[in-house]
Amino acid sequence: MAETALINNVEPPARPAGWRGIAADWSSDQRAFKNVSWGKAMMWIFLLSDTFIFSCFLLSYMTARMSTTVPWPNPSEVFALTIGEKKIPLILIAIMTFILISSSGTMAMAVNFGYRRDRVKTAALMLATAAFGATFVGMQAFEWTKLIVEGVRPWGNPWGAAQFGSSFFMITGFHGTHVTIGVIFLIAIARKVLRGDFDVERRGFFTSRKGHYEIVEITGLYWHFVDLVWVFIFALFYLW
Amino acid sequence: MTNVAVHLEAKQHPLQAHMHDASASGATHTKGQQHPIKLYLVVWGWLFVLSTCSYLVDYFGLHGHLRWSLILLFMVLKAGLIVAVFMHMAWERLALAYAILLPPVLVLVFVTIMVLESDYTHLLRVLFFASTA
Repeated sequence: MAETALINNVEPPARPAGWRGIAADWSSDQRAFKNVSWGKAMMWIFLLSDTFIFSCFLLSYMTARMSTTVPWPNPSEVFALTIGEKKIPLILIAIMTFILISSSGTMAMAVNFGYRRDRVKTAALMLATAAFGATFVGMQAFEWTKLIVEGVRPWGNPWGAAQFGSSFFMITGFHGTHVTIGVIFLIAIARKVLRGDFDVERRGFFTSRKGHYEIVEITGLYWHFVDLVWVFIFALFYLW
Repeated sequence: MTNVAVHLEAKQHPLQAHMHDASASGATHTKGQQHPIKLYLVVWGWLFVLSTCSYLVDYFGLHGHLRWSLILLFMVLKAGLIVAVFMHMAWERLALAYAILLPPVLVLVFVTIMVLESDYTHLLRVLFFASTA
C-alpha cells in the first residue's frame, strides 16, 4: 500500500496518445478533455460555434456571387487607394492584415509571459495587442466611410452586383464587432494582470471566483480566432 | 499494464516531446503552455511572408486557376500556423483537437451543396431573366 501511494505522489498515470488516446479520453466516463480546464474548453467550443456563424456568412456570400448574372465588382479596384498619384490595389486591406497579424504575435508572447508570472510584460503586450486591434477597427471605419461616400449601399453600388454591398457590410461588420469586443476583453484582462489579481488570487467582481493566468491564454484564443477569421475574409472576399 | 505504458511512451507524438523539453527547460516551471519566444517570432515572420505572397497574387493580377489555388494555399497555410502554434492546438491532446477541428471540415459538405444550388439558380436566371435585365 505504501508503495502504491508513493508512486501516485511521484507522477500522475500517463494517458495514452494517438487514436487510442482519443478513445480512452472520450470513453473514460469522466471529462473528455483531460488536461484542459473548463474555461479553455468552453472558449474552444464557443469559437467552434463562431466558426459556423462566419462559415454561414461566407457561404451566403459565395452563393450570391456564384448565382448572380450581373458582374461582381472587382475588389482589387474597389479597395484601391491613391497614394502619391499612384493607384495601389488593396493596399489598405494589406496593411490591415499585417496589423492584425502583428497583434496576434504580441498576444502569443503575452500568453508566454503570463505563465512566467511577469505582470508588467504581460499587461504591456496585451495593451499593445489592444492598440493594434483598435487601429484595425479605425482603418475599417475609414474603409467603410470611403465606400459609403462612393455610393455603396446594402441594396446596390455603382459597379455591379447589388449583393456586393450587403455581403461586404455583413461580413466585415461582424468581424469588426468581434475585434471591438476583443479589444475591450483585452483591456479588462490586462488591467487585472497589472493589478496583480492572479498573484494574490483576488476574487472577481462578478463571479466571486479566483482568477488564474490561464485567462490570458483564453483571451489569446479569442484574439487569434479573430485573426484567423480575417485570414479567410481576406482570401475569399478581398482577393478572390 | 507496464507493457502498455512502454508501448505508448514509444509512440508519443514528436510535438508532445517538444512540450516536455520546453517545460523542462523553462527557468520558472509552471503549468500550461510554455514554448520558447523564438518559436512565436518565427511563426510571426512566416505569417508576414505568406500574407505578402497572397497580396502579391493580387498585385501582379494573376488570374484563373493559378490565382485561386495560390490564394487557397496561402490561406490554409496561414490558418494552420495560427491554429497550431498561436492557439497551441499542436500541443493539445487529440481528443480536444479532433473535437474542435473536425466539425468545421464538415462545412465543406455545405459548400458543395451551395455550389450546386447556385449553379442551378444561375442557370435559371440565364434562361429566364438575363435577357430582359
